[in-house]
Amino acid sequence: MKLHVNGVAHTLDVDPEMPLLWALRDVLGLTGTKYGCGEALCGACTVHLDGKPVRACVTPVRRADGRAVTTIEGLSPDGSHPVQQAWLALRVPQCGFCQAGQIMTAVALLREKPKPTDAEIEASMAGNLCRCGTYPRIRAAVRKAAGLPEDGE
Amino acid sequence: MSRTLAGMRSAWLFVAAALTTAACGGKDARAPAPPVVLREVPAHELRAVDDFAAIGDRTARSRALFVEASRVMLHPRCVNCHPSGDVPHQGTALALHDPPVVRGPDGHGVVGMECATCHQDRNQALTRVPGAPGWHLAPVEMAWVGRTPGQLCAQLKDPARNGGKSLAAIVEHSAHDPLVAWGWSPGADREPAPGTQAQFGALIAAWVDTGAACPDEEDAR
Repeated sequence: MKLHVNGVAHTLDVDPEMPLLWALRDVLGLTGTKYGCGEALCGACTVHLDGKPVRACVTPVRRADGRAVTTIEGLSPDGSHPVQQAWLALRVPQCGFCQAGQIMTAVALLREKPKPTDAEIEASMAGNLCRCGTYPRIRAAVRKAAGLPEDGE
Repeated sequence: MSRTLAGMRSAWLFVAAALTTAACGGKDARAPAPPVVLREVPAHELRAVDDFAAIGDRTARSRALFVEASRVMLHPRCVNCHPSGDVPHQGTALALHDPPVVRGPDGHGVVGMECATCHQDRNQALTRVPGAPGWHLAPVEMAWVGRTPGQLCAQLKDPARNGGKSLAAIVEHSAHDPLVAWGWSPGADREPAPGTQAQFGALIAAWVDTGAACPDEEDAR
């Protein structure tokens, strides 16, 4: 199978049913994407497939064959992506485990809706859980990255 | 839920039998034909089209065929993705979908929470996430949750509420659509819709062939 991960072409000789998350972490060594629940219930493993968020833990690697995968490592080489910068500015993470997934979903949201309403932020981010409860800062950072007031509508 | 459906089925078969009785009664008012008793089937099976041959009146037979087919359409495997609100259901008790997804502008969810964010083109055995080609919600005008067989029938025949389908297209959709087919192969420990897709398709085809009559227990919506 041929995957384009963060702009780099890879040929993988793996079981086509292997979860994409396994291929990214264990085969390609891209460990920024996290394993959370393994059942598409928490969002920690969110990556982009041709620009659309998917839960890598339940996505067989065959689905990514010939397509472009973007992980948290691929957003920017130095953490300079506007969403990453907003996360840093507002010190969003607490433990940080879920934040790669949070950021990947936020990036996709802002690409489709550059000025999202609070309701749109809620609807799109609802599948990314944070056990530390950083949700208010996540929402504020999404709004900051969008150039909106951080404190909501 | 299954008890409710079973009760509904019994009631409807009685209606079908009564219709048959009334239809035959005109021949000899003093000795009305006995009601047609359809063979009993377990909840997970469907009666075959031939089981309805004993109902002499064509319209009554058509109504009874639809009631049988409605056991599939009103099964949780089918209504869960025909919600009347913005959130699909899951499980046999029609719980709201968790994670909390919404239907979005076209029935495929919203960015970050699209159906295909998690659902694949087939069931995922290890993670239990169900999947089939084209996984999505039916439009709200095609909502089936809470419908009676009569309401469902009127809805199914209304192009404004059936996706613009002809009766022939409904037969084809019922018998061969791969997302419909998932109802009988739901994976994990999910209860499949009763019978088989072939039986369901045959019932719908026979319903159409007999005039696509609707059960008339109440005013259609």
